[in-house]
Amino acid sequence: MNPTMSGLDDLYREVILDHYRKPCGGEALENPTIEVDGHNPLCGDDLRMQIEIADGRIKKLHIEPQGCSISVASASMLAKQIEGMTMEEALELKTAFQGVLKGGDWPEGIDFGDLEALEGVKQFPVRIKCALLAWMTLEQALAQYCPGAIGMVDEDRDIEIHAHTLQEKTEEPA
Amino acid sequence: MSDDNHSEDQMLNTTSTEPAVTGSVSVHEETGAPAAEAGLDVSRIKQDFPILQRQIFGRRLVYLDNAATSQKPQCVIDAISDYYSGYNSNVHRGVHTLASEATSAYEDAREKIAAFINGDDPKSIIFTRNTTESINLVAHSWGRKHLFPNDEIVLTAMEHHSNIVPWQLLAKDVGCKIRVLDITDDGYLRLDQLNELLNEKTRLVALTQVSNALGTINPVRQIADAAHERGALVLVDGAQAMPHDTVDVEAMGADFFACSPHKALGPTGVGVLWARRDLLEEMDPFLGGGEMIRDVSFERSTWAAVPHKFEAGTPSIADVIGMGAAIDYLTSLGMENVRAHEQAIITYALERLRELPFISIYGPRNPEDRCGLVSFNDVDIHPHDLGTVVDRHGVAIRAGHHCAKPLMTRLGLVASARASFYVYNDMEDVDAFVDALYEARKVFGLPTT
Ligand SMILES: Cc1ncc(COP(=O)(O)O)c(C=O)c1O
Repeated sequence: MNPTMSGLDDLYREVILDHYRKPCGGEALENPTIEVDGHNPLCGDDLRMQIEIADGRIKKLHIEPQGCSISVASASMLAKQIEGMTMEEALELKTAFQGVLKGGDWPEGIDFGDLEALEGVKQFPVRIKCALLAWMTLEQALAQYCPGAIGMVDEDRDIEIHAHTLQEKTEEPA
Repeated sequence: MSDDNHSEDQMLNTTSTEPAVTGSVSVHEETGAPAAEAGLDVSRIKQDFPILQRQIFGRRLVYLDNAATSQKPQCVIDAISDYYSGYNSNVHRGVHTLASEATSAYEDAREKIAAFINGDDPKSIIFTRNTTESINLVAHSWGRKHLFPNDEIVLTAMEHHSNIVPWQLLAKDVGCKIRVLDITDDGYLRLDQLNELLNEKTRLVALTQVSNALGTINPVRQIADAAHERGALVLVDGAQAMPHDTVDVEAMGADFFACSPHKALGPTGVGVLWARRDLLEEMDPFLGGGEMIRDVSFERSTWAAVPHKFEAGTPSIADVIGMGAAIDYLTSLGMENVRAHEQAIITYALERLRELPFISIYGPRNPEDRCGLVSFNDVDIHPHDLGTVVDRHGVAIRAGHHCAKPLMTRLGLVASARASFYVYNDMEDVDAFVDALYEARKVFGLPTT
């Protein structure tokens, strides 16, 4: 069977392999507001995430992903996509992206950037959790930083992620 | 491993309902490798397993995740459905015909598994749900009674979580300590450290007979002798041993032996604990309820005799009966033949994998020190990606930490891929598996030399 027929071409698109080989968000932050460790106990993938928040926006983000190509690529795309977003926008993107992976359509009016390349994961149900690790970790990070923002958080998790905040700094009021 | 048990008699008498055992050695046409079928007629065996007719993404299913659970032959499936359609009834409580048929089939299965592992007393066999429950039973019913603060339990660095966590729970409750026998980088137990580790405080040595993540076959007898010398008992996790070789609980020096027949052609839902009868007699019950009592009043209850004391409630009757059929099937193949077959396959698989410069292999180099499984990684591809790609080529392998995280940490790995073989696998399956590893390189645009 050729790769196209088997869906492998859809899964391992070039954009995904590019992100996997050279993930975005490589540079460690000097002044992170939040640091969180995401871990997927089902497959052992790990993700450390640092976020710098200023004026309610995600100013900078650093990831140290360790896992399969799908989880690394998804984390890298997250890093690329959410810099500059407000926390609400980031969570909205997370919810929308999760909806798509669970079988929904791509909603209009949201810029998914390279994330659209992860469409093929839908054909590989056991790999959806890989694509979601970064997003669950982000959600945990923001939830711990700002419990108020969590009205937006989708409690219905189909994967288990243990995240704990390593260090948490409250922002100086501007 | 002697193969003299496939006598001519047996060869001539094989009928279509019996699994196939032959004495011929054939040569695989394409690879020229000697076929592993010395002793087992794999092409006939394959026909006994309906699931092997399945196509996965248009490919023949090559099932190499046997260490997780094996496939089931038609005779096992039939035994379960015959019970439900012919004599379904509860056991040990009823005078009607169905109850007596069900009870005798259930107790027959107990005798079969006892004979299979050479535990001569069927009353020493307790049915549980799986190896995990068997080990928990020992931790609960023996451990809580016999372990005290500062007592020590010795485990090894290659244990499955099911032979770690029950002891941790126990250690936390009673305040005893866990000590760990390390391994070498190539996956052998550090026997040189054994004497240092054992002392007068050691109460139990709990170890796996065969590692599910490395394939290493451990020298259980030697370790049991050392433990017994110090007055400690020995629990053997036989989950990966019992399906693949002749097991003799007496000869290996086990005091407790746990296994999971679902890895040995049997159904899920039934596990086995064998223990020395004298130990069982004085152990407390595990679960309380029906079937396990002699007498009950609101003031006090007394326990049924061993083994029923440990089998509270309605057991998994159909699955126990199905397990009996699986044991019959394996027995007619001959466990020496099963072992010889897997040796030939793993030898060939290691050879083929060693040809691939992009594959690292874990565990013993010498195939004789291994059961029929191999853990490995493609140095450039994460094992989950590898698992996904080979699956699309019909090849089912395992990827992950194999429920042995301390071992993975010890080896400096996060995860690995694992191929594990059984009676229905042949050299062509190994070739299909290796071909699929090449395909994965292509998907990732990586060189194959
Ligand atoms: C060595 C070993 N011990 C214990 C187990 C646990 O078996 P089960 O899941 O049937 O309880 C397994 C199987 O996964 C195993 O390979």
